[in-house]
This record gives sequence, C-alpha cells and structure tokens, in this order.
Amino acid sequence: MILTAELIYALTGVGLFGMGLRGALLRRSLLGRILAINICGAGVFLLLVAISYTGPGVAPDALPHALVLTGIVVAVSATALALALGRRLRETARE
Amino acid sequence: MGIQLWLMLDLVLSGLALGLGWAAVSSRDSQRSVVFFIAFGLLLAIIWARLNAPDLALAEAAIGAGLSGVLLLSALRDEPAAAAAGDMIRGPKALLVTLLSLALTALFAWVLLQTLDVADKVRMADQIAAQLPNSGVTNPVTAVLLNFRAYDTLLELAVLLAAVLGIQALGPARPPYRAAGPLLGGLIRWLVPLLILTAGYLLWAGAHAPGGAFQAGALLAAAAVMLRLGGDPDAGLPRPRVQRLLLVAGIAGFLLVGIVTTAIYQSFLNYPDGWSGGLILLIETAATLAIATTLALACIGGRPAGWEPAESGAVPTRQRESK
Amino acid sequence: MLDLFGISLIFIGIGFYAAGSIGLLRLPDIYSRLHALTKADNLGLGILCAGLALLNGGLLYAMKLLLVWLLVLAASATTSHMIAQQALRRETN
Repeated sequence: MILTAELIYALTGVGLFGMGLRGALLRRSLLGRILAINICGAGVFLLLVAISYTGPGVAPDALPHALVLTGIVVAVSATALALALGRRLRETARE
Repeated sequence: MGIQLWLMLDLVLSGLALGLGWAAVSSRDSQRSVVFFIAFGLLLAIIWARLNAPDLALAEAAIGAGLSGVLLLSALRDEPAAAAAGDMIRGPKALLVTLLSLALTALFAWVLLQTLDVADKVRMADQIAAQLPNSGVTNPVTAVLLNFRAYDTLLELAVLLAAVLGIQALGPARPPYRAAGPLLGGLIRWLVPLLILTAGYLLWAGAHAPGGAFQAGALLAAAAVMLRLGGDPDAGLPRPRVQRLLLVAGIAGFLLVGIVTTAIYQSFLNYPDGWSGGLILLIETAATLAIATTLALACIGGRPAGWEPAESGAVPTRQRESK
Repeated sequence: MLDLFGISLIFIGIGFYAAGSIGLLRLPDIYSRLHALTKADNLGLGILCAGLALLNGGLLYAMKLLLVWLLVLAASATTSHMIAQQALRRETN
C-alpha cells in the first residue's frame, strides 16, 4: 500500500465524514449539528477531489472538481436555509 | 527528496484537517466550534490548492470560509447563551454512537483501500481533454460546468433558488448592524469597488483560467455582505422587484438558450459550433448575478425590508409583532 | 543566489508567524494578543510575499503579491481596531 497523496487525503475525507456523523448525532444545539453535517460534506468533497488528483504536474480530472464546486455553493445555501429554519423553530417555540 | 517533502506536507495538512474538524465538531461551546469551522474552511482552501484544484480553492476561500463564516457568526448572535454550553450528549448512548460511527468509518476506509487500486482508471479526464477544443473555453472545469454538464448546473441554480425562497418565506431579515465608524467605512469604501472589479475579472477569466460564475458570484455576495456589516440593511442590493429578477436570472439565461437551441437543433442546450464561447459567457454572466443575489440574501437571513410581508394565511399576526 | 535569498526570506516570515501564534496562545489579555497578531499579519506576510516574489521572479507576480499584502494590511488594521474597541466597550460597561 503505497502512501500516495490520493490515499492520504481520501482517508482524511473518510475520517472527517465519520467525525461529522458522530457530531451530528451527539450534539444538542442545532448550530452544532449543522456544523457537523457541514464537516461530513467537507469530508465527501475531500474524497472526491483526492481521487481526481493525478500527480504533481498533470492536469487533474475536472469532472469531480465541477461536482465539488456546485457542492460547495449548495452546501452554504443549505446551511443558510437550515439556520433560518432553526431561528423560526425557536421563535414558534417561544410563544 | 522532493517526494518526501510533498509527503510531509500532505501528512501535515491532512493531520491539521482532521484536528480542526475534530475541534469544530466536539468543542464545548458553539462559538469555539464556529471559529474552528472557519479555520477549517481556510485550511480546506489550501488543500484544494495543493491538489491542483485552483477553482475550488477560490470558491472555498470565498464561500466556505468567508460567507459561511459570516452566516454562522450572525446565527450565533441569535443563539441563546444557555444552549451554547454543555453541548454534547454524554453517557452510554454516546459511547454506542461513537463506536458505530468508528465502525462505519473503518468500513468506508476498507472499501476505499480495496477500490482505489483495483478501479480501472477510466476517468473522464481523457474524454474531457479530447473534447475541450470543441467546448468554447479552455478551462476544463468551466467546460464541464457550462457545456458538458450544463443541465446539472441549471438544476443546481434551481436548488439555490429554492433555498433562498425558503429563507425568504421563513421570516423577516435579521436586525441590521450599527452604522460603520470611519475606519470600517473607509475600508468598505475601498474594498467594495475592488471586489466588484475582481468579480468581473474572474467572470471573464473563467474561460481560460481558474475562475467562473461561482467564484465571481461569491465575490459580489461578499461585497454585499460587507455593505450590510457596515450598516446598510439592504446590503447594497437593488429594489425587491429587481432582486426577484436577479434571483431568476441564472435559470432564465439557461432556459432561454435551451429553448432557442431546442427550437433550432431539437436538443436542449446543444450549443451550435462557434457560438459556444459567447453563449457560455452570456449564461455565466446571468448566473453570476443570480448566485450573488442568492448568497447575499442567504446571508441576510430572511425577507429584507421592502418585500411584501407574508399575508395572514401564512404567518400569525403575533409573529409580525415580535420583530 | 536569488533563490537562496527568497527561501531564507520565506523562513524568516514563517518565524514571524510562529512568534505571532505563540503570542496568541501565551499572552494574557486581548490587547496584547492583538499586538502579537499584527506582527504575524503585517511583517510576516510582507516578508513571505517578498520571498515568494524573489523565488518566482516576474514584475506582474510581485505587483500582485504587493496588492495582496496591502489588502491584508488594511483588513487586519481595521479588524484589530474594531476588536480592541469592542473589548474596551465591554470592559467599561
């Protein structure tokens, strides 16, 4: 098992996914859970980009890059929606 | 020697990523977690740059670290302090969850190790490189986003629109900030025009260099957020009617081009030869405006003043008074 | 020769960043921490950019790095001022 850059970052991505999953299940506050799910997402992105890396000078595989680019933007807008939902839940719970 | 140095860099970066991710997920209070998450976003941008993904590095630095940070910090303002401390569930249930997620992670890692070597390296990279001269641009990521997989980008813009409509429907915007003092006001006065200029450059350069609609839209949204942090409650956005037009501009651009190409060529979004570059730039411009307005409204956090308030069917009257 | 100079400048810049980080971790209150951070931000980044410009050569590249440094200077000065002002306001209340 040669320790390539692909392998290191792909394993890091898997590890981040696991951490995020544990955090999403165990945190109490909504903000904490949203952060944990974002970390899950970041792990998945890292995995995608790691397997598309083809070496130092060579052009990488552009298709996973495009997927991750749309993923980053969608993740931040989903986070914004989740935070707005949380705010609204708190307001309705208060009355 | 060079390989060893790169390996050390990779080990350091991935170790830092795991450490920051752990800190963001298992910190005692939410404020710490948010700050660690912003730092994690910046580190991720560096990792993208190391993995030969400059487009992603630009987008992650602007969106993942910048806009995400603003979003989370302003959400932190609303979060009551009592809920912030003592955040993780502890006890036997927590141990079970930890063991199960560890097992799942190990399973994924094992699958990864099996498939990483065995997988036939049939990658799209060769096909993309072969078709790149026909696509109208020379940046492969832009070619994939706006030519080869243009339909996916159209649907992704629709997802952004759905998210921002949801945010608008959920309530009024967060309270505005205090007007900027001389120092922040001066910085904003210099940075906002520079951001707009850089966004225009990234939009243009996306055809042949790292850049494109998403990065440019993110920079424009950052300019809007800076204006809002300096006290402007509308974040420099135009009137609500124009905002609505801007929000749908990306999808409208795609659909317009798609309908015209369907009418002429009987296939949706099949750009005619020689027109690809121009059509891609047109769609990217519309998409930049749409993404910028979407992200700015997402960071504002609700309906800005001037949009019609929700009518009595949707929102109970007591809610409107609790501003 | 120029390469060696550039690399040594980069290492000096890293040294400033290390000093700033140690200051952030060890100094007692927020004002002294801000003071330590400006060393990292302004001087460290400036020396780092100078080293990078020497390593890469090219006037355009050096001008871009200069612009980056100036922007970071402006942003870090503004944010340090605002953080200090907020901390002072919180203390006097």
